Amino acid sequence: MSGQAGINSDFSPKILVFSTNNISDPGIDLAGSSHMHYPPSVTVISMPCTSGIRPEWIAYAVERGFDGVFLAADGEECAYLPDCAKRTSEIVRRAQELLEQKGYEPQRVRMSAICSVCAGPFTGHMKEFSEALKNLGPARKG
Amino acid sequence: MYVCHCGGNISDYVDVNRVVEAVREEPGVVVAREAMFTCSDASQQEIIRDIKEQELDGLVVASCSPRLHLHTFRDVAKRAGLNPYQYTQVNIREQCSWAHTGDREGATAKAIRLVRAGIARTRLTEPLQPLKIDTVPAVLVVGAGIAGLRAAIGLADTGISVYVVEREAAPGGRVARLGRMYPHGKRGRELINQLVEEVQKRENITLFTGAGLVEKSGSIGNFQVRIRVREPVESEIGVQVGAIIVATGFDLYQPREGEYGFGLEGVITLDDFLELLDAPGAGLNFRGREVKDVVYVYCVGSRQGAGGEGANRYCSRYCCNAAVHAASLAFDKSPGVRQYHLFRDMRTYGRFELFYQEALRRGAVFLKFDESEPPRVERGEGGKLKVTVKDLLTCGEEFELQADLVVLVTGMVPRENGKLVDILKLPVGRDGFFNEIHPKLRPVETVVDGLFICGTCQGPKNSSESVASALAAVTQSASILKKGYVELEPLVAAVDPRRCNWCGECAGTCPYSAIEREHYQDREVARVNEAVCKGCGGCVPSCSRGALNLKGYSDEQIRAMIDALAKEIC
Ligand SMILES: Cc1cc2nc3c(=O)[nH]c(=O)nc-3n(C[C@H](O)[C@H](O)[C@H](O)COP(=O)(O)OP(=O)(O)OC[C@H]3O[C@@H](n4cnc5c(N)ncnc54)[C@H](O)[C@@H]3O)c2cc1C
Repeated sequence: MSGQAGINSDFSPKILVFSTNNISDPGIDLAGSSHMHYPPSVTVISMPCTSGIRPEWIAYAVERGFDGVFLAADGEECAYLPDCAKRTSEIVRRAQELLEQKGYEPQRVRMSAICSVCAGPFTGHMKEFSEALKNLGPARKG
Repeated sequence: MYVCHCGGNISDYVDVNRVVEAVREEPGVVVAREAMFTCSDASQQEIIRDIKEQELDGLVVASCSPRLHLHTFRDVAKRAGLNPYQYTQVNIREQCSWAHTGDREGATAKAIRLVRAGIARTRLTEPLQPLKIDTVPAVLVVGAGIAGLRAAIGLADTGISVYVVEREAAPGGRVARLGRMYPHGKRGRELINQLVEEVQKRENITLFTGAGLVEKSGSIGNFQVRIRVREPVESEIGVQVGAIIVATGFDLYQPREGEYGFGLEGVITLDDFLELLDAPGAGLNFRGREVKDVVYVYCVGSRQGAGGEGANRYCSRYCCNAAVHAASLAFDKSPGVRQYHLFRDMRTYGRFELFYQEALRRGAVFLKFDESEPPRVERGEGGKLKVTVKDLLTCGEEFELQADLVVLVTGMVPRENGKLVDILKLPVGRDGFFNEIHPKLRPVETVVDGLFICGTCQGPKNSSESVASALAAVTQSASILKKGYVELEPLVAAVDPRRCNWCGECAGTCPYSAIEREHYQDREVARVNEAVCKGCGGCVPSCSRGALNLKGYSDEQIRAMIDALAKEIC
């Protein structure tokens, strides 16, 4: 794996989170209102449902300079689609394929269900993912 | 483009001025300002003036979560003659300043990225008109406690049909079991009888007791629900309603075995004590013995220290008042009774202070204890209970009290209602009670459109507070249904017929059957039925030709936001 050699202590991985307007975004809001910290290099785009994410967007984000993409899914709580979790994992699978084709590590995309009060789990995921991406190194090599 | 200080909630952690300067030159930006409170009247007026004077065709406000003020600023846009769907709310409070309070540099850089993304998205918005949906003039009320009953009557009087579903065999909830209540001294049972009589007078209210909700589908304006009833024969009834009000109430905290001596003969909860006080005849007796000394322990199951797993950290609000009121009821029944109230803090707010004063005047003794050194309740001599307490008001002097009865003033806890939460997708808060959108501005609405909550299912309340929130839910639901239609977000899926060559793939992904086939020029293409589409976007990734887009979240918009978020900050 390329990044290994050049682990840089200043490197703060850029993470793009896709959240959902009614469930995971309120959970992420709650992390903030409870002053629970996570790295500010995490930014969020909120959508109605993670089943509506095109895998191409995930690959595009990595190409544009994000080091990782996290799908904060609704899981069982999705108000729209009973099979939302299955659909979102399929999107992750397709995105991983795309990333590999383009020469990126598939570990740069992750998903997990984040509920509307899942402030703790969210910040935990961000810290963990951030650490994992530090080990992987920046997505853009050179 | 406006950036809010939110008093300091944002500007204490983010350099707001730097954010404004950093985005001033972004393509499309005409006005870039900061404001102490963008949601204040004065700032709203300023935004409206700018939009009109500069003939702006897009608006971005960077402030708090869209759940608080998306609608406020969409409305500002509308009042200025700008299409509300050309507005973008950027969340730099919950998702920036508050989450990165220790890193001003990082938070400021993040705010710049987020605002840039908001601007990029807004440049690609198009004016949209809300979708109109006809509403069914009927409401389902779940729970027939004092809140649910009062809501049903209020709605019926506006001409709306009401279906009330009550799980128990009789309506009334907790109040139906109460004797003389504070503050007016009226009996709970009588209050409920009065309400039930009013319910029965109204032909447009149907009350199902011994019943439960088993299924819900549809959305605001037109929900289909199925109700299961046990009597006269077990069966299911389907009804159509435009809105749903949940008034499922609370449960009483159940003390653990041994908690303040619970389990010992003579240690009872406040509700049991109230029942004794309500028993006919003079004198206060427990299991055939005269009660001469009563010790109350307050805050049982409420205001528990943060350490414990699943601790109830909140105050249950009704209990100080109910306990000092009980003191007077006890003196009425047995003037010579000695009463010792062991409390942590006295919270007889507002006018209820007078009941506290009355209890003091009539001779009740109040001793203040600390949570870390709680009173001990043990078996004493001569069939009495022995209570040992350190009184903070006499510098921690230890007292030993002999009691015939120890009354545990138990708090309110959320009721187990997992199945209902599942069916209605009710938002549950960290404390286990149901969550409104905004405690001040939208106190009975939930994140699910058309679904309202009221009474103690939201959190501890006394009965007048429960009724006040029930009537708020009446107003909110009736104001939707009386109009005859609701306007829904036009943020639904759309097909670009030039790119589509009907493969049918997308239609298969929609559980609502919102995608149909139609003729376009001389070809077959997909078409989205806007009234049926829920706007989830689940169909979007299925299209290999990129012909499907969700309005407000189009391929172009998402890519533009990614570009803006990834761009370096100079
Ligand atoms: C000991 C005690 C003394 C009190 N004294 C006073 C007083 O003196 N003055 C005062 O103002 N307040 C007093 N209160 C507070 C008062 O009881 C509450 O404010 C009031 O009961 C709240 O009404 P509610 O309708 O929200 O809930 P509840 O009274 O809990 O009613 C909820 C109803 O919903 C039903 N339900 C629940 N789940 C479902 C479901 N899934 N499907 C169908 N039905 C369901 C329940 O069976 C119940 O009938 C006292 C409370 C206690 C515990």
